[in-house]
Amino acid sequence: MPWSRIKPDTNEPDFLSDAMPGGPDGRRITYAEAVNEALSQALALDPRVFVMGQGVDDPSGMFGATRGLHLRHGRERVFDTPLAETALSGVAVGAALGGMRPVYFHNRPDFLLLAMDQLVNHAAKWHYMFGGAACVPLVFWACIGRGWGSAAQHSQALQGLFNHVPGLKLVMPATCFDAKGLMLAAIADDNPVLIIDHRMNFRQRGIVPETPYTVPLGRGVVRRRGRDVTVVAVSHLLAEAFAAAQELAAEEGVEAEIIDPRTLRPLDEELILASVARTGRLVVADTGWKTGGVAAEIAAMVAEKGFDSLRAPVVRVCNPDLPTPSGYTLERAYYVGKDEIKAGILKAARG
Amino acid sequence: MLRIRRVQERIESEYMGDEMKTPVHLYIGQEAIASGVCAVLRDEDAVNGNHRGHGHYLAKGGDLKAMIAELFCRSTGCSKGFGGSMHLVDTAHGNMGTSAIVGGGIPIGTGQALAFQMRRLDRVSVVFFGDGAADEGTFYESVNFAMLKRLPVVYVMENNGWAVCSSTASRQCAENVFHRGADPELLFTARIDGNDPELVRAAAEKAVARARAGLGPSFIECATYRILGHAGCLQQDPKGYRDPAEVEAWRERCPVRTYRDRLLEGGLLDPSALDRMEAEIAAEIDAAFAFARTSPLPTADDLHTNLFRG
Repeated sequence: MPWSRIKPDTNEPDFLSDAMPGGPDGRRITYAEAVNEALSQALALDPRVFVMGQGVDDPSGMFGATRGLHLRHGRERVFDTPLAETALSGVAVGAALGGMRPVYFHNRPDFLLLAMDQLVNHAAKWHYMFGGAACVPLVFWACIGRGWGSAAQHSQALQGLFNHVPGLKLVMPATCFDAKGLMLAAIADDNPVLIIDHRMNFRQRGIVPETPYTVPLGRGVVRRRGRDVTVVAVSHLLAEAFAAAQELAAEEGVEAEIIDPRTLRPLDEELILASVARTGRLVVADTGWKTGGVAAEIAAMVAEKGFDSLRAPVVRVCNPDLPTPSGYTLERAYYVGKDEIKAGILKAARG
Repeated sequence: MLRIRRVQERIESEYMGDEMKTPVHLYIGQEAIASGVCAVLRDEDAVNGNHRGHGHYLAKGGDLKAMIAELFCRSTGCSKGFGGSMHLVDTAHGNMGTSAIVGGGIPIGTGQALAFQMRRLDRVSVVFFGDGAADEGTFYESVNFAMLKRLPVVYVMENNGWAVCSSTASRQCAENVFHRGADPELLFTARIDGNDPELVRAAAEKAVARARAGLGPSFIECATYRILGHAGCLQQDPKGYRDPAEVEAWRERCPVRTYRDRLLEGGLLDPSALDRMEAEIAAEIDAAFAFARTSPLPTADDLHTNLFRG
């Protein structure tokens, strides 16, 4: 498949050791295996958990994330769904109200737009609207694809849309360790949580402990220390930002601090503000669109709460405000990565 | 049925006083449906109502004081003043909350049935919705899934002929909602006079028994009529979208009056007992309105509570 030529399997970058429990000698597995392990352990540990989605039990199993779960845990708890995202999202809401903990998988975020009614109008509102009388503990999961000509309807990074909605928690992991720990935390959470993963991350191998553990929602982490510029990088752009920082340190002597927010809502504002207070400069790199998106929100938050720290204009590194083109050369021109982040860091550093 | 009617009438008569600052959608004319269905349910069964949900909430045992307080947007309301008339909740009696998005509650009620099935609980989930909601894709998607999984769910369609001011004829082709062709093995269907509480109860009994036996979902279409307008009280009803003769004809078939007359004529109810019922209901309603009026309002400090649990 052409996909395999877009990004080969790689080990995750050598992030700060405190962000990599288990140390450098820990067990390395793929991102897909990490998600799969989280689901399997949640199913084993909590009888309320079940996994649903169109294709969760097919041979590809959501890029491997759900592969084989139905064999280990039975088809009653891991089941294929009709192609009816609106109603099945409501079924997940109702099942949560009925005492279960559904995990609903969508292999493309674009299909979440069909689920928007239940996600935004229902799941996100229920606890608040009824004065806390009922809660909706569910997880929605979707994976952004790119490369191999996915085009405008199969690769959208829609986190900006969902980030706008009070009552939803929004998670975008960047490492294998977090993929497992955030999934387990999301399942254990009493609120609706949307996890948006990225196909690029699925090519990674990282250190993942075998025992179940959670990574707290709403807590970011510093992946690389640096004195000159703060870079908040979302999802697979974390690895790109890390590579950009390593190269710039060698080439230009510019030391970028790399922050992985992990959860976009609630956002770890203190971590970002504290870093900007040290560096005075901010770059935000997001896989989504620039206008009205996640990078805009993070930039606005820093302008609002950390303006005195800023010594240069904030730089946003995002995809252009265009639908994704399919053609190879157009697609390459469309997506941002290491080079654009490098340019963004230099712009902020010299601004 | 009588209690639901009298509660609705009191809301109607007091609504222009502007103390209930919430849009109300009155159930007057449709009482036989919620009453007939809920008569065969247990506390632990779930019902899912909609924006016109006062009757569903009360028939399922919802607390009247908490409901009226909610209409007055008080902190003692069932949703603490955050939900208003369209969002009633009483989890102790299986009212897990209602959606004001037309058709939004249909899959949620279906999901509750899925949870009951997976938890091996002997519980049934009932969804009430109107003919307008039957236009929505969620209805077809939910029924398909419920048949697929043989879920213990009963879909009760209250066909009152109108969606706001749109008639059924402008929205649906002939009788396409009623699936006479559906395999009765997969979906028990009944089409009944929804103004006759005994017919409703009998159909619900079959459907609920089928659900408890693990045989799957049912769909009951109840023909009825919304005597008042879509929202608000009589004084606010827009005129001219429906034939006054149509409204009059349905008034003649008022479920509360016709059933009362039937019971009196059959000697099953004596006038003094009826008087006692009326007096008890009136006293209960007085107490509920007094409770609501004297209850505290939420404060601005309450605004940020309950976004997330935990």
